[in-house]
Amino acid sequence: MGGGHLGHAGTDGLLIPGSTVVHRAPAQLKIAALLVFVLAVVATPREAVWAFAVYAVVIVGVALVAAVPVLTLLRRLRIEVPFLGFALFLPLLGSSPRVQVLGVSLSQPGLWAAWNIVAKGTLGVSASIILAATTPVAELLQGLERLHLPRALTAIAGFMVRYLDVIVGEANRMSIARQSRGYDPRWLWQARALASSAGTLFVRSFERGERVHLAMASRGYAGSMPELHRRVATANERVAAAAVPLLAVSVCVAAHLVP
Amino acid sequence: MSAGLEIRALRFAYPDGREALRGVDLAVAPGERVAVLGPNGAGKTTLVLHLNGILQPQAGEVVIGGLPVTKANLATIRQRVAIVFQDPDDQLFMPSVRDDVAFGPANAGLRGVALEERVQQALDGVGMGEHVDRAPHHLSFGQRRRVAVATVLAMEPELLVLDEPTSNLDPAARRELAEILDTLDLTQLVVTHDLPYALELCPRAVILDEGRIVADGPTHELLADEDLLARHRLELPRGFQVHTHPHRHGRVVHAHPHGTEPPHHD
Repeated sequence: MGGGHLGHAGTDGLLIPGSTVVHRAPAQLKIAALLVFVLAVVATPREAVWAFAVYAVVIVGVALVAAVPVLTLLRRLRIEVPFLGFALFLPLLGSSPRVQVLGVSLSQPGLWAAWNIVAKGTLGVSASIILAATTPVAELLQGLERLHLPRALTAIAGFMVRYLDVIVGEANRMSIARQSRGYDPRWLWQARALASSAGTLFVRSFERGERVHLAMASRGYAGSMPELHRRVATANERVAAAAVPLLAVSVCVAAHLVP
Repeated sequence: MSAGLEIRALRFAYPDGREALRGVDLAVAPGERVAVLGPNGAGKTTLVLHLNGILQPQAGEVVIGGLPVTKANLATIRQRVAIVFQDPDDQLFMPSVRDDVAFGPANAGLRGVALEERVQQALDGVGMGEHVDRAPHHLSFGQRRRVAVATVLAMEPELLVLDEPTSNLDPAARRELAEILDTLDLTQLVVTHDLPYALELCPRAVILDEGRIVADGPTHELLADEDLLARHRLELPRGFQVHTHPHRHGRVVHAHPHGTEPPHHD
């Protein structure tokens, strides 16, 4: 009900609207291309530094074509920082041989391991960021459905997307109601009201689930979601979408042959 | 196409023993528009859930266009009877407006271009045609209500049931919805306690209270009977009166029932 506008950033907040070739490509091709690209990157030997340079150029190229500002891309890369923190310890704690960098003794295998994590992680996350920036969530779900992910799973994800705002709105209204009656917990034992609110929220969501089910049954739902998205990709679209993953796979193979 | 509705001696009690319906009899002719009025807890929603077989009668029967509501007929009944529920957030459950409106006809087996056309037609019918690619949660409440109507119109029903259609609507959205409902050529059952709305849309009304139909007649007569309304916890908005008086449209002088607020007396 009300409060439905609170969560815009929650679901389609990553989308940068546009009409570039990348935006228009069918979602299932983009997802498949992303998957193959990431697999190729992960399978590349870490010593083939040149290969990672090529991947980075490809990513920046796609970002430019998709009109995703490189600054935005870099800003969104912050999401991987917590994971990289772990990589930073590897050169300090790794085994010998050790090298001296600026007077600090670092482990050489540790350095390679850190590089491996940073390079592959950054490339994979960048590619995902571009996918998220060019594809609305609803289309992503349709793409997964066309890739034959079971419709029960895409439906569950779809419900989550659909009702996130509704449930967040409900939680916000309950929080406002608590505060309006002077609730301001300072100590852990005062948090009882919070716990019972969580229970109430659960019950309300459960009841909503029942009402949604009634609405579905009223429109002929008999246990399986109908197949709604039959649009198949054209040959041209397939070729265009295959360009990036094919390039990545070739680079990966080359890196194995000529380290 | 519109279908008639016949309810005979319908009874229903919930598992906790509460009797929600205690022998409801109601006949609605094809194409007729009837308001079902009643206070909260009168059994209105329980009655609605019987119309498409979500609840099965414990006694009596419900017949839609000559076809009794039974387990064997459920698919046909649910295609014929469209219910617009109170909260559009319950009714709009797909990630996009297009998918939501397509859900019903797709369950009925429609695919491809025919499905696309049906979706567009239903959305155009409620003035939401240009919002086909939006996500339901990005629409205003009034828009969501109209899309909810489109989701059931897309099934090309013969009986449209609206459960409290005006709840939470602002006055403009309320009027827009009334204008849309007025254009629809099918049997309509408007379940509400918004009495002026019933007067505006439905020539006939019934009052449901404590699980029984306690009054049935022209809406303006029922609403003019203050004692009747008071007995069943129904009230017109303060200052609102229903009355018949002669008046003038251009050069034509005639009389028909009105709901007026004092400042509009002429």
